[in-house]
Amino acid sequence: MIPVHLHFEEIEKKLRMAKSTSSDAQMLIRSLRTAYAATPTNLKIIDLYVVYAIVTAVIQVVYMGVVGSFPFNSFLSGVLSCVGTAVLAVCLRIQVNKENKEFKDLPPERAYADFILCNLVLHLVIMNFLG
Amino acid sequence: MARNLRLLGFLALIYASLSISGAAVIRPINEAHQSAALELFVPINGSFGSLEETYEALKTFQILGVEKGAEISHATCPVVVEKLGSSLSTSKDLFHALRVNSILGCQIDSRTFEDVASKLQALIKDANSLLDFHYAVGGLLYIKDQGINVILSDADGTFHSIKALSQSDGRWRYDSNSAESSTYAAGIALETIAGVVSLADRKLDQSKIGIVKNDIVKLFDSIKSYDDGTLYFDEKHVDASEYKGPLSTSASVVRGVTAFATVASGRLNIPSDKMLGLAKFFLSIGIPGSTKDLFNQIESLSCLKNNRVSIPLILSLPSTVLSLTSKDQLKVEVTTVFGSAAPPLTVSLVQAFHSDSKDTPVLENQELQFDSENTIHYLDIIPLKLDVGKYTLIFEISLHDPENVNTYATGGRTSLMSFVTGSIKIDKAEIGILESGAGGSETLQKLDLSRDSTLSLSANHLQKLRLSFQLITPLGHNFKPHQVFLKLRHETNVEHIFVMESSARQFKITLDFLGFVERFYYLSGKYKIELTVGDAAMENSFLRALGHIELDLPEPPEKAAHPPPQPVDPYLRFGPKQEISHIFRAPEKRPPKELSLAFLALTLLPFVGFLIGLMRLGVNLKGFPSSTVPAAFSMLFHAGIAAVLSLYVLFWLKLDLFTTLKALGFLGVLLVFVGHRTLSYHASTTAKLKSS
Repeated sequence: MIPVHLHFEEIEKKLRMAKSTSSDAQMLIRSLRTAYAATPTNLKIIDLYVVYAIVTAVIQVVYMGVVGSFPFNSFLSGVLSCVGTAVLAVCLRIQVNKENKEFKDLPPERAYADFILCNLVLHLVIMNFLG
Repeated sequence: MARNLRLLGFLALIYASLSISGAAVIRPINEAHQSAALELFVPINGSFGSLEETYEALKTFQILGVEKGAEISHATCPVVVEKLGSSLSTSKDLFHALRVNSILGCQIDSRTFEDVASKLQALIKDANSLLDFHYAVGGLLYIKDQGINVILSDADGTFHSIKALSQSDGRWRYDSNSAESSTYAAGIALETIAGVVSLADRKLDQSKIGIVKNDIVKLFDSIKSYDDGTLYFDEKHVDASEYKGPLSTSASVVRGVTAFATVASGRLNIPSDKMLGLAKFFLSIGIPGSTKDLFNQIESLSCLKNNRVSIPLILSLPSTVLSLTSKDQLKVEVTTVFGSAAPPLTVSLVQAFHSDSKDTPVLENQELQFDSENTIHYLDIIPLKLDVGKYTLIFEISLHDPENVNTYATGGRTSLMSFVTGSIKIDKAEIGILESGAGGSETLQKLDLSRDSTLSLSANHLQKLRLSFQLITPLGHNFKPHQVFLKLRHETNVEHIFVMESSARQFKITLDFLGFVERFYYLSGKYKIELTVGDAAMENSFLRALGHIELDLPEPPEKAAHPPPQPVDPYLRFGPKQEISHIFRAPEKRPPKELSLAFLALTLLPFVGFLIGLMRLGVNLKGFPSSTVPAAFSMLFHAGIAAVLSLYVLFWLKLDLFTTLKALGFLGVLLVFVGHRTLSYHASTTAKLKSS
């Protein structure tokens, strides 16, 4: 016969571990948040822009899932526009980030001009493919 | 198989018709030639063309007895007069003009004739080719006929010059330079020599005439023959430029030989059979289709009609088909080539052979009686008990006056074909269905084949159809016609033809359907029965519908042959065609409008979220340049970007790529310039801030 109090101890240990894991996750998120708050504003703007683009892409994919992919070219151009502009924004973020030693000598205006130009070309192609 | 039988029957018919006319049917000249001449020789604007053609037309009409001179003398006589009067006319022109004048009789004074005669005499002295001699001598002959006294001064010399051109085989060359000799030239030479003899002032040496006679005999050695006994002359080599064809060549020789025979004393050693063969050749042409051929034919026959060698007598049958039913008589005509009366003679039928027994004659030595009213020799064939069929009749002519034997060419034995037709009796016709296997009960019913019947039989594939009958000629013998066919035709027009066999006494056929099941393509149903019996000697050939037979055949196995497709009415293809129903791609399913609009709104939501987020981050426009020029540039920069984006919207809505690219290029250049200024200004201000 197993003693009851031994059984109880095992359960408590497991709960404590779970609690520590959940509290560990909470601590991780809290630290991420504080670290993020330290990033400069312009980088935060770019991050927001990326999130916006991805969310738009997700909504388009959901729509396609609902109604079917009939004008497939339109779907592709819409999704690729969002994804493409997000990718370009990520590139901009990399180039503008001061902590990034690789692009130390690149002025941020130059990176911004590249971003604008590439976006314009991307959207020309997208508009052509939209049909 | 049915098609093969049909082809066989057709070929049998063709063969039968060809064997009748193995030789062309020879009949003397009659009104058909007259009407043909009127059709062929048609004057245009009152003339027949050149003088040579005019002569041909006039001569043909003159021989056939048609009066045409008055019509064309109006247009032709001036030409004749002009040619005779002109000093530029060659001997050929003068010759043709004189020929035409001899028929038309234009008003020409004797002075013109004397001038022409002296010109021609001068030409003869200088002549060296055969044709030169021919035209000159011929012209002088025509002038002599007009009454002018014309004498050939150096007849011996002319004769020698012409004779020098002759060859050892009886042919002549056209002149001393040409290597080839020609039979046509021989005819011209003989005609010219005859003219020389008649124009000479004193009689020519007999030895010279004898030499020419030998030449003629040698020339006749080269005569050619066809299978039906007609004889003709042709050139040895068929040279394209000078070749004139057997008709023209034979006509030329006949002209020359008959002209020479007229002026030469004594007889020409030409067998009468050859003259008869030539006459048959000209007659066997029938009615020629061209003017030259008709002229050659008619003129040669008129030369042969009264020639001094031997006058051909033509034996012909006015009708080659004799009917026993209408009790026809065998009629034979013996005339000259132009159909005029022959001297008194008797025709006898030496032998008559039936086509079945070519060795034993059916008749021998029957003399034909003469009907002087219609100038026809006839024989009653009913008492001779001739049966129906095809006969080869051999006739012989015997002249009453023994002196005529040398004058006329009768041709020994003449063989002609004839048909005797009659009404065939059909007897003991029976038809019925038998059970297969011997000893089956025979329920045959009698059939009357003199008219269509409407029998209604039925059989299955285990039974047989039997049909038999007898064919009896008017004399009571068994008759075997060319065609005895039984045809079964299905409702779907698929036909099967069977040939009936003949035994000694009757015709019969037994169709064992068991063996024919596959041949009939396993088609059951109603078949129409038709019987065909036909022959050239049968006056009552028939195609009888006998009725129907309902055939019950087994089901076709899978690999059975299909019946051949029946010919479709060829006019059906001009009718309307089948309607085509096009298959279009089904249009895609589109979502309902409200759903799409809802999602459109949903897509715009993140933008709103983006703007809200920007405001939360504290975005401001503090970095915007304050001084005017940089501010303007910044404004332009943003305006440029907005312009490009609106251009894209326009591109999507209605523009095409080329206009867009053009505008984009323009805007892009502007944007690059402005952007560069703005961004470099911004960079410099940031650098200033940093350094400070």
